Amino acid sequence: MTELLIKNGFVFDPLNGINGEKMDIAIKDGKIVASVSDQNAKKIDATGLTVMPGAVDVHTHIAGGEVNTGRMIRPEDHVKDVVRKTAITRSGTGYSIPSTFVTGYRYSKMGYTTVMNPSMAPLGAKHTHEELNDIPLLDKATFPLLGDWWFVLENLQKGDLEGCARHVAWIMETTKGYAIKIVNPGGLESWGFGRNVHSIDDVVPNFDITPREIVCGLAKVNKMLNLPHTIHLHTNNLGIPGNYVTTLETMKALESVPNDGKPICHITHVQFSSFAGDNWGNMKSAAEEISRYINNHNHMTFDMGQIIFTDTTTMTADGPFEFTLYQLSGHKWVNSDVETETSGGIIPMHYKRKSAVNATQWSIGLELALLVKDPWKIFMTTDHPNAGPFFAYPKIIAWLTSKKARMATLAKCHKKAQKKSLLPSINRELSLYELAIMTRAGQSKALGLKGKGHLGVGADADVAIYNINPETLDITQKYKTARKAFDSAAYTIKDGKIVVKDGEVVQNVDGRTMWLDVKTREQLKVDEEMKRKFKEYWTVEYENYPVFDHYVKVPEAITVKADV
Amino acid sequence: MIVLTPLRKFQFPVHAECINPDVFQGKSAKEIASLPVWEGNKKKKLADLFKIEETPAETPDITINGDATEVRRVGQGMKQGEIVINGNAGMHLGEKMAGGKITVNGNANGWTGSSMKNGLIEIHGDASDYLASPYRGSTAGMRGGKIVVDGNVGSDSGCYLRGGVIMVKGNAGPFLGFHISKGVIYVAQSAGNRLGASMTGGKIVVSGSVDELMPTFTVNAVKKKVKIDDTFKAEGPFYVFLGDLAEHGNGKLFVSQPSNPQLSPIYDKYL
Repeated sequence: MTELLIKNGFVFDPLNGINGEKMDIAIKDGKIVASVSDQNAKKIDATGLTVMPGAVDVHTHIAGGEVNTGRMIRPEDHVKDVVRKTAITRSGTGYSIPSTFVTGYRYSKMGYTTVMNPSMAPLGAKHTHEELNDIPLLDKATFPLLGDWWFVLENLQKGDLEGCARHVAWIMETTKGYAIKIVNPGGLESWGFGRNVHSIDDVVPNFDITPREIVCGLAKVNKMLNLPHTIHLHTNNLGIPGNYVTTLETMKALESVPNDGKPICHITHVQFSSFAGDNWGNMKSAAEEISRYINNHNHMTFDMGQIIFTDTTTMTADGPFEFTLYQLSGHKWVNSDVETETSGGIIPMHYKRKSAVNATQWSIGLELALLVKDPWKIFMTTDHPNAGPFFAYPKIIAWLTSKKARMATLAKCHKKAQKKSLLPSINRELSLYELAIMTRAGQSKALGLKGKGHLGVGADADVAIYNINPETLDITQKYKTARKAFDSAAYTIKDGKIVVKDGEVVQNVDGRTMWLDVKTREQLKVDEEMKRKFKEYWTVEYENYPVFDHYVKVPEAITVKADV
Repeated sequence: MIVLTPLRKFQFPVHAECINPDVFQGKSAKEIASLPVWEGNKKKKLADLFKIEETPAETPDITINGDATEVRRVGQGMKQGEIVINGNAGMHLGEKMAGGKITVNGNANGWTGSSMKNGLIEIHGDASDYLASPYRGSTAGMRGGKIVVDGNVGSDSGCYLRGGVIMVKGNAGPFLGFHISKGVIYVAQSAGNRLGASMTGGKIVVSGSVDELMPTFTVNAVKKKVKIDDTFKAEGPFYVFLGDLAEHGNGKLFVSQPSNPQLSPIYDKYL
């Protein structure tokens, strides 16, 4: 029986409405409890420190076929960031695609305890879980790519939502997945034939179905199944000037899905979906249009996909988009997974301040985060590693909480981008409370994680303690101090165990892998017809497709009762 | 001047990026003796591996007498000064160097002058593979300066060249000038296959014979002379090829006409 008492910290726990109150947090056997006996408990003196729930990342590519292919094509990325082993931690490499162990250590060092791997080709599920098993110190889950999965397309084409729902329930169990991920709906299937879809009403080849029908259909299916997270959508026309029109159309299309005032869709890395203009020369920010819509509607949540000026690697299941990037940059690229379920592309990318396009993209991300009034709607991510590596989060925190910080960076950007940027007109500086929403509470709520993102009694004892005294440190001015504090947490506590102290990993524990066990009234029967399709069209036999229980090192099945 | 003499034949690779005029500058022989080096996985001092002598002569700043084949990263990132190696040099010699001069009176090993920015490297023997080429996967090729090799070079030399001049007086291996975008490569004798593959700009000049020419190059003209740098013009006549068309390239590949009679029946009709 282990007891821990975090004494006298400034607690920020938005889900329970606690805003910087001085209080104690008691932990027993990996859970938050009301109190512990004073003599037995190990004590952490958090006087003058900020205490928050362990941070949650809603979207970060840390495992799977694409990530690993990215590692393979970028030896030059690893050579500049070699991590030696210590008595506790294992060796590895960075930079933009860190090895599994380094991923865990670096996240934990920043106070993160839960991360979501948002893109997994069902075919590559086994591999993804093997990598997730090797990422220490974090709880994680992974989202299967279902927007262009053949069984989804077939059922939606027939108009059979219940059939589609049963297939989705089956794939969650089969791949040990957590949510429905949709990438460039319809576009990936088209990419198998060298084509793409260019609006939400383009028809997908061979399937007489449109992206609009796929997104709305899966949103309805998601609701029928009562899945904890909403559908997780990467929009059509991503990364193309003028694409904000498509993004708005997608959001408007989703208004037709009944929502009871709750979010029904999460649009991820919305920065990449908010470009105005009609070519790269006059590309500009559509943050005003997008944020106006977001402020007036409640059926969506978002994450930023904030650009970081550094050398990184883009990787997405959106193969056609990566091909466009390749044509723009001429850099080496890889196309993968182009079969029956998804597609994939990987290309290195160096975001530069002195590039007008990159600097505008940087500005769009921050504009969106600041113009959206409700922090429960938009969350902090870099779409790691697409817009930048995750360990740059403290930089984004500085930009969000300090106008001085973002103006200092803007001053170094391309003149054209400076002129176009809305940032000089935005005075909002996020408080620590709002920051706690954008980095943990909001993300946890959107993901439907009951025990995460808050410090109420019964929550998982995942806590981050930062060396920030909100009474004496003005983070709007001393943003560099704040950045350092968020870069190396004073303590990170995972399941009641101290895993990081003063930015150093002091204990190694395995995190859990969460997956959904969806109970439908009638289970999907894997019939001869399905098996025949696997035999004919997939590169694996049906028998080799499922992720068996022993593949997941520390599983946490979340049972969901469906309405179908 | 500091003279370094290896105390024995090294069995394991020695990583000695401290052998660099910028590092040695202003240090006494005693301080230099305690500079850190790695031999295999053991951390050592420079004096554990080399005899270190100080002589009154001003230049060169550093001389290595003896076989330094296993001594890697000599002159890495150096900005000024001169190093002379009387013997063979190890891998990554003058990697990322930004100025100064390195002379090798022997052969050089792989990745010599990798990603260099400026300065001069003279090799009076052969250079191995990856001369002036960046680290695997990287596109940060040589940006400036000059490399002169009296002997032959191995494969993948001058990859991703973005500036500067490479002169080879002997033969070159396959994949010479892979993906170059700017700068000049001159080979006095023959060049191996996949010459100039994926080049998008710059010049490659071959005065000897070529094994093959990639089909993604198109013949454009015949030229009598080609300027290599301010001091040297290569005598032709040369076929001028443009490519690599697979990369929409605008590079120029000059191949000697007299040394390559096999090209005449294929390309003369397009001139």
